[in-house]
Amino acid sequence: MADLSTNFAGIKSPNPFWLASAPPTNSGYQVNRAFEAGWGGAVWKTLGGPIVNVNSRYGALSYRGHRVMGLNNIELITDRPIETNLKEIRQVKKLWPNHAVIVSLMVESNQETWHEMVKRVNDTGADGIELNFGCPHGMSERGMGSAVGQVPQYCEQITTWVMEAAEIPVIVKLTPNVADIVPPGMAAQRGGANAVSLINTINSVTGVNLDTLIPNPAVNGKSAHGGYCGPAVRPIALNMVGSLSHHKEFDLPISGIGGVETWRDAAEFILMGASSVQVCTAVMKHGFRIVTDLVTGLSKWMDEKGFKTIGDFSGLSAAKLSDWGDLDLNHRVVASIDPEKCIGCQVCYIACEDGAHQAILLPRENGSRVPVINEKCCVGCNLCSLVCPVDGCISMVVQNPNEPAKSHNEYLAAGEEPVGNYPRHSAQIPH
Amino acid sequence: MELSPEQINENFKDIKPPLTDDHAVVEANRCLYCYDAPCAVACPTHIDIPEFIRRIGSGNVVGSAETILDSNILGASCARVCPTEVLCEGSCVFLDLDAPAIDIGRLQRYATDHVMTHGIHVFDTPKEKTLGKVALIGGGPASLACAAELGRLGIQAVVYEEKEEAGGLNRYGIAPYKLTNEETRQEIKYIQDMTGFEIKTGVRVGRDISFAQLEQEYDFIFLGVGVSSSRMLRIDGEDKEGVVGATEWIEELRKKPLHATKVGPKVIVVGAGNTAIDAATEAARLGAQEVTIVYRRGKDEMPAYEFEYELALKDKVRFQWFTQPVEVLGNGRVEGLKCHRMAPGEHDESGRPVPVPVPDSDFVIEADTVIKATGQVKHDFLSGIDGVELQWGLVKVDDNYRTSNPKYYAGGDCVNGGKEVVNAVYHAKRAALAMHRVLSEGGK
Repeated sequence: MADLSTNFAGIKSPNPFWLASAPPTNSGYQVNRAFEAGWGGAVWKTLGGPIVNVNSRYGALSYRGHRVMGLNNIELITDRPIETNLKEIRQVKKLWPNHAVIVSLMVESNQETWHEMVKRVNDTGADGIELNFGCPHGMSERGMGSAVGQVPQYCEQITTWVMEAAEIPVIVKLTPNVADIVPPGMAAQRGGANAVSLINTINSVTGVNLDTLIPNPAVNGKSAHGGYCGPAVRPIALNMVGSLSHHKEFDLPISGIGGVETWRDAAEFILMGASSVQVCTAVMKHGFRIVTDLVTGLSKWMDEKGFKTIGDFSGLSAAKLSDWGDLDLNHRVVASIDPEKCIGCQVCYIACEDGAHQAILLPRENGSRVPVINEKCCVGCNLCSLVCPVDGCISMVVQNPNEPAKSHNEYLAAGEEPVGNYPRHSAQIPH
Repeated sequence: MELSPEQINENFKDIKPPLTDDHAVVEANRCLYCYDAPCAVACPTHIDIPEFIRRIGSGNVVGSAETILDSNILGASCARVCPTEVLCEGSCVFLDLDAPAIDIGRLQRYATDHVMTHGIHVFDTPKEKTLGKVALIGGGPASLACAAELGRLGIQAVVYEEKEEAGGLNRYGIAPYKLTNEETRQEIKYIQDMTGFEIKTGVRVGRDISFAQLEQEYDFIFLGVGVSSSRMLRIDGEDKEGVVGATEWIEELRKKPLHATKVGPKVIVVGAGNTAIDAATEAARLGAQEVTIVYRRGKDEMPAYEFEYELALKDKVRFQWFTQPVEVLGNGRVEGLKCHRMAPGEHDESGRPVPVPVPDSDFVIEADTVIKATGQVKHDFLSGIDGVELQWGLVKVDDNYRTSNPKYYAGGDCVNGGKEVVNAVYHAKRAALAMHRVLSEGGK
């Protein structure tokens, strides 16, 4: 049986599933309920100076009938008194000594204020501190949140101040609203942080109401850009986690955040280099109960794969991330349709015909609806197998397993022109 | 035990209730949007089904109805009465995954109901009908669809209906749990308002107005007269009280409030086609205690669709296969039906075994009502129209649905002997387009 217990930069939790700093961790009541449900840790909703919120606060992206593929918010940090939060943090920690309670902080950018705030958290018995350098809306207009995270120099400076006062591990939460995630990550490392977490939310407008013509969410006739999260942002988050964990000089633990809903998503983040994962949107949609699938799914998959601990597979896939120039140009695959599995929707045909390389033909045989791959035109792009609604019906078959690999960079290094291994056929405009 | 009117109304409630907005979007989004989709190929009117479903998914419900009605102007009634299980839904690729087919019928109803309820006209039609004039005989689906298409093409169309209301089988023949009178009226009013054609009810051509007069006043005449009364059994005692034809019985049912049709506790329906099933399930839903379908062949030869058969089983209808009625018994009123047992014999040219009587096998089924559902006879007045050739009582037409008399076109049941509304709509559209072509070229 797989061991899910986690030691993240010295913060211990029974499993790697933490609630991200967000509305689900707004109060002791909620965090207590979350731990009862099986969550391993919780990052408390960000504490800081007093603020007030607007309403409404959320906008969402629906895709073909699926609600909340992406969620955005214009809510600020906690609007409850700091003293109340600190009291509840103490209570929760007393009730749940083995669970991770991490306190998210965001205050004005001055050393004294940070020192004071960190000291107050030290006294609660909390297991760690997370610095919110990521919030891209509202607080950033006041010089906090992503206004800090986007400038590596500020990022490093504030981290240094925090480390001067901190007695517990400190995690720096990074904003994805940057061209490259590495510089702010390295800045956190230079500032002495014990770990980083990413990604925070992405600048976004989720949509426009076509009746009122007001962008979402509407606040009395106006809107503001918000922070985007949920399943839609996961690919962006995976890339950022992967590129940071893969970076040669970066060596802090990473808490992965961004659209985690199921154990599969969690496994992917860990494979890309995370050693804990944080979840918010899925809980905002379905409640704390989703953790049971996260725990059982991940542990059964680990058993199946022979991984005993989270550390056994953390980062395995990030190691396979490489530069495009190092990919094998000689590798050749061609699509193959399994006629037994094909249901004849011909979605692959029209996708290839209009969206790719005109390498799929409609069946000529009477009555058959199984399309035919024209191998002479197939460039192995994979589009057909992605749009096919039947699992395992279209596979990409390797044509030259024994051919030695040679990448773009290797061609250039050898002073040769890269050739590539696929047909260049273009269908002609009919006369 | 007699059922209360409320219970009867409950028994006749919609068997395919409408989709809610949210359900429609969920169902629409399940569609794979197949290329050259098998469902659209299976539809006799070739509605671009993936397209109209995609439009529902995007919230373009009016555009969806436009796609449907452009191909099938009676898309609202077809959504309810089509045997979708054997047409569009029966060819859905999801069935190959052992997953449920897309609920195409109900999605089509969703879109068409939307525009009918809100009175949204999905296409512009010429106000002035200046291209020509067409009379349409019979006010059923074929003529209504043809008149609407003619209206869209700028041709003046006048439908002559003998009964008090237009609609034909939609109004007088379909089981009310599939299509109600109100829905039929709403649809006719909608397509009439949108396309602009006239309906004259209570007028029987040949009695109230002559064919000669129509021929003089109109450029073309479209025959959409359907088929006539229920076929006789030609057995002794058929004239007894309580012996009725299925189409006539269903027509009476549709003319009155449901509970006004009294049905005895023991009902026999002769025949196993879709009309027989309708009559049997309707009798059961009205409160008949024992409903028996007798059919001289076996289940495998039953002409009814499988899903109709299952509907009858749900209504506790009993099936007596290989049973041939030979005499209606009773003293003035039906008391029973004497039948022969039959056995499958040699195969005939249709490939079906010919039922042959089993000697000394007579038996009696008690009954107070016998409903004859072994098909309908053809209209005999058709043979009186000059130059309109018939074949086995049906009107002979070419690919343009033009008869051998160039003044006459025809479509629907009087051409195919009795198929679905959707087939009639297709004939009607083809005929309308053909008439339009001739008129546009200045021909007659």
